[in-house]
Amino acid sequence: MSKKETAAAAGTTADEFEDEEAREFSRRGFLKIAVGGAGVAYAGAIGYPIYRYLSTPVEKSAELAAVKEVVLPNADKLLKGSALMFKFGVRPSLLIHHADDSWIALSAVCTHMGCTVAFNPATAQIECHCHGGKYDAKTGENISGPPPKPLKKFDITVGQGSVTVRRA
Amino acid sequence: MSKTQDYIVERLGIGEVLAHARNKTVPKHEYSFWYYWGGISLFCFLVQLVSGILLLLYYRPGPEAYDSVRQITYETHFGWLIRSVHNWSASLFLASVFIHMFSVFFMKAYRSPREFGWFTGLGLLGIGMLFGFSGYLLPMDTLAYFATKVGLDIPSSIPIVGPPIANLIRGGLEVGEFTVQRFFTLHAVILPLLFLPLLGLHLWLVQKHGNAVPPGEETKPVAERKSIPFFPNFVAKDLAMWLITLNVIALLAALFPWQLGEMSDPLGSAPVGIHPEWYFMSQFQTLKVFGKLFPGYAGEALGMTLFTVGIALWALIPFYDIRGAASSRAKKATYFGIAVITFTIVMTVWGYLSV
Ligand code: FES
Repeated sequence: MSKKETAAAAGTTADEFEDEEAREFSRRGFLKIAVGGAGVAYAGAIGYPIYRYLSTPVEKSAELAAVKEVVLPNADKLLKGSALMFKFGVRPSLLIHHADDSWIALSAVCTHMGCTVAFNPATAQIECHCHGGKYDAKTGENISGPPPKPLKKFDITVGQGSVTVRRA
Repeated sequence: MSKTQDYIVERLGIGEVLAHARNKTVPKHEYSFWYYWGGISLFCFLVQLVSGILLLLYYRPGPEAYDSVRQITYETHFGWLIRSVHNWSASLFLASVFIHMFSVFFMKAYRSPREFGWFTGLGLLGIGMLFGFSGYLLPMDTLAYFATKVGLDIPSSIPIVGPPIANLIRGGLEVGEFTVQRFFTLHAVILPLLFLPLLGLHLWLVQKHGNAVPPGEETKPVAERKSIPFFPNFVAKDLAMWLITLNVIALLAALFPWQLGEMSDPLGSAPVGIHPEWYFMSQFQTLKVFGKLFPGYAGEALGMTLFTVGIALWALIPFYDIRGAASSRAKKATYFGIAVITFTIVMTVWGYLSV
């Protein structure tokens, strides 16, 4: 039996029925919003702590990564034509002392897919062995292969007994 | 039958299962050989389960990961064997799943009413590859480290939401002990929880719809088609295949034991000749080639688009190839399959030749 028939059978008039239907409707609408709202609230109340729980090490790592300056003791003694790997925050980075006595500090994270690059003293290029990317070791410019961007460059000061590397 | 046997058989309804198995038949024709590959995949999975549980007893995720795998490989009695079996069987699992998938594709067994067999199968393959990817990091040697680094760069190349998601999976900005712990949870808890029910559904669908016959057989009148009983004939052959698979795994594991590389060094450069496992090789080589042809972002974007579109088309094939075996759609689907298989093989071989 449909609602209308039920109403008729119970002897109610059509008007009363319309009223009831409207009320029924708003009650249902209210219920929907209430249930939906409670659902969202629960999802948030459960989801937020889990999200924060999972992202704790990410936040720590981001804090570490936020350093502005790294001092590398004794790095000024780096031989000409050789390179040194160091961590800038959490990222592997590269300090190169070129044969012509120039210095450069670059991020060692390949701009293609994030492998760690290597300095090749024989060719004076920086190479990535993951997909064959190459960079100019004097400037960090990407010269061949998949890398889309140059390596990030740092500012450096070569002092007595240390090299200071700063975010550019 | 003894009284106890009767007692158990009756209460568990084993009689019904056996009756069902006896009535079930498996088609017999020139391509019947390809019916075994699903079963071989299943067997490899069971080997993974057992060897995985054994590794679980000594493996320690987190900062000790490398050391614990070193102990398993070089200090625990037969630890090298268990680990080697786990690795080889993983490879064989994926290989047989690929063979199974392509044979289903060319027999056109994805057609109505077996669409969900196809979808669940692809789901299982996807989870299988995630098993491979997550398991690969667990020893934390140099190769594992860089494979994960590059692999996680794929989600982080998705604009805006990509990097935070990748960071969350990685547990930081760089691959480290948190990553191992997370990958371990994924590998040993989450993925099995997803895999097992999906596998159950997949097997149920095979039971429900039976084996598909290739289009060539379909055109024959029913009276001319041959079949063998599922139980015991097909089961016996299936078990024979399992035995062969077991022997192959044992031989490979014993003759080519899996090695452990140098411990990963977060400051070390990627070693020369680095490459992923064979089942990621075709994707790896494509990215590399595209990177050379189209330097910069274009190469990666193009490669990713190609894979996404290709996989989507592949997955949706049951909705496209719906007419008879002689229809042009059916032929196009077959050509597509041939193209995919050729591309994959060429790229994989090329990848190995150029490392
Ligand atoms: S990650 Fe360096 S070339 Fe791809």
